[in-house]
Amino acid sequence: MADRAQPLNLSVWAGGLAAALILTLTLGTIAAVLARAEGSFALGAGDLAAIRFTLVQAVLSGVLSCVLAVPVARALARRRFVGRAVLVTLMGAPFILPVIVAVLGLVMVFGRAGWVSGALGLFGLPPVHIYGLHGVVLAHVFFNLPLATRLILQGWLSIPAERFRLAATLGMTPRDVARHLEWPMLRATLPGAFMVIFLICTTSFAVALAVGGGPRATTVELAIYQAFRFDFDLSRAAFLALIQLAISGAAALLALWVAVPQATGAGLDRTVERWDAARPGLRVLDGALIILAALFLLLPLTAIALRGLPEVLSLPAGVWQAAWRSLCVAGLSVIVTVVLALSMTLAITGLRNRALAKGIEVTGYLAVAASPLVIGTGLFLIVFPFANPADLALPVTALVNAVMALPFALRALVPAAQEVEARFGPLADSLGMTGWHRLRRLTLPRLRRPLGFAAALAGALSMGDLGVIALFADPDAGTLPLLLYRLMGSYRMDQAAGVALVLLGLSLLVFWLFDRGGRVDADL
Amino acid sequence: MLTFDKMQIVQGDFRLSADFAIDPGAHVAIMGPSGAGKSTFLAAVAGFVVPQSGRLLWRGRDLLPLPPGQRPVSMIFQDNNLFPHLSVYENAALGMRPSGRLRGGEPDRVRAALADVGLAGMETRKPATLSGGQQSRAALARMLVQDRPLVLLDEPFAALGPALRVEMIDLVKGLCTAQGATLLMVTHDPGDAARLDGALCVVDGGQVSAPAPAAAILANPPAALRAYLG
Repeated sequence: MADRAQPLNLSVWAGGLAAALILTLTLGTIAAVLARAEGSFALGAGDLAAIRFTLVQAVLSGVLSCVLAVPVARALARRRFVGRAVLVTLMGAPFILPVIVAVLGLVMVFGRAGWVSGALGLFGLPPVHIYGLHGVVLAHVFFNLPLATRLILQGWLSIPAERFRLAATLGMTPRDVARHLEWPMLRATLPGAFMVIFLICTTSFAVALAVGGGPRATTVELAIYQAFRFDFDLSRAAFLALIQLAISGAAALLALWVAVPQATGAGLDRTVERWDAARPGLRVLDGALIILAALFLLLPLTAIALRGLPEVLSLPAGVWQAAWRSLCVAGLSVIVTVVLALSMTLAITGLRNRALAKGIEVTGYLAVAASPLVIGTGLFLIVFPFANPADLALPVTALVNAVMALPFALRALVPAAQEVEARFGPLADSLGMTGWHRLRRLTLPRLRRPLGFAAALAGALSMGDLGVIALFADPDAGTLPLLLYRLMGSYRMDQAAGVALVLLGLSLLVFWLFDRGGRVDADL
Repeated sequence: MLTFDKMQIVQGDFRLSADFAIDPGAHVAIMGPSGAGKSTFLAAVAGFVVPQSGRLLWRGRDLLPLPPGQRPVSMIFQDNNLFPHLSVYENAALGMRPSGRLRGGEPDRVRAALADVGLAGMETRKPATLSGGQQSRAALARMLVQDRPLVLLDEPFAALGPALRVEMIDLVKGLCTAQGATLLMVTHDPGDAARLDGALCVVDGGQVSAPAPAAAILANPPAALRAYLG
């Protein structure tokens, strides 16, 4: 393309500045931690165990999520039933579900005093244990089975309908269809699905904090927290931070390399007509699988609702103050995410220097591999000489949450902005629309939906975040997730359920408000 | 005069050269096989493609250094001619000022242009609620408002039915005649070229031929065009 009339020169600067900020926060904070570290970097037995546990639980979570997702996705792909669309949508929800809420729900269902143990007790069987490796993996499967199901379902629906028709005219059995159509698709889809889940699980903190811990179930992230919070051992925290970065960085590169499938959610509302799967036995099997998957998703939330609802109105005032603080953190985080993501997006699409644009984009995605706890620790060390970190706990949490939400915001915004440029760029150029006018009359109106979605994600993720806030918040001036964690720690389960319900409701409300704001009146 | 002075476009293996002049106020159809470079040729005039060598002059002034928005050109594309989130009026108003903020008598001129193309009373409609023909009319209204001496159309009516296409070509011809604008229209339909009843340039074999009367060329097409027309 020709010399564009320098579209949005200012935004290129803003985007560069945003990228520099991200680099400072992700890599600069590690430097800050390293600078303060003293002594030698030697891996203790505990650190090695943390590395091993991080990898083992991530592999197990990824494998189990994918293996279980295959039959569920197949059932969803070939069956039509009332509520299917709702179920598929629901499977996108765990992403915005506060981790600590889900963990509480799982404890109520699968814990020592939970429903499952209660049922086992009726038959004289011992209760199940949720703490330790199983609990961590169970929680990760709870979050990632739906994600894997959606990714694999997408793969199923991407097989052209004609192929299944051809299979029917050739008289193929389900086994033949699996061999000729489904297995090749799975071979292409599964590695990506596994890698993305593996990556997510390597940075797990809140799950490990709540149901892990101890020498046998500590992730590297949790070890960083313990090194910082309990031992104030900065060199160990910094060293673990580098290890964490290496693990998730390697996982991110691998995920990029195997080409992660995109769960766009578009087009998941149809099914594939299957002539080979009409046998009654397969119908029953698929039905049972769908019900089991739905129960696995819904039971923990139901448990919270049943136990929490009577508590909500009698919650102490401190809960509502924490809720207000959480909303403030989420609001601030949304603003920072949107400003960062938008300026980076404009720079990425507007820059003629493609290498520089790619650099800004990659920087934005860097946060996937960065550890929020390391960023938090680094910021703590930077502000420590000037202010009491506890006073800055909330803004720092909002900032770190924004950086964590940035990759998802960019995933939504960059392709949309590129499409706007491809479709309407020439017309805007020929009309001489540049700078602010182009932004106001073309780019912003066209990006309303992805902007709303990005803001919704940032808000919900920040509402539910239990990471940095645990590092250095004053326990009595924390956010709702922190309060919930402390209630769980003191086994006040009724009140915890009430708080969890409030947190869940607020997270969904925040998500809905922003996402809806982007959709209302948005012309396609 | 719109003068192509040994202008040559190079894109990888693709080369296209033009060396002729077009009279002011002429109506020129541009035809040729697909992939020959009709749209690329138009894009060079509009400023989306930078020629490798040669000059492009309008009334003696070199256009090549100018960005698209500053050339004396209004352009209508194959599709995406209207911003879907703006009303018909707002879309046309962008032709007056890229900011869309009008002052003085400008809103009246926009409304007059909309009336000229037959869209009076539809100012507040969004493009999605218009028929294909009405969308073309809205784009033509913006072209009127822009009031530039060069009008470029890149198969703008390809999606319309035959009767509607004839109607739109007549409309565009009338508008350009009234404004004294020079019209360059890419088309793949000899009927369009005949209806425009002006000059015809054939794009083929890396060359844009000098404009010649369309009726004469269509009555006795050169080999390349004959092969294309079948």
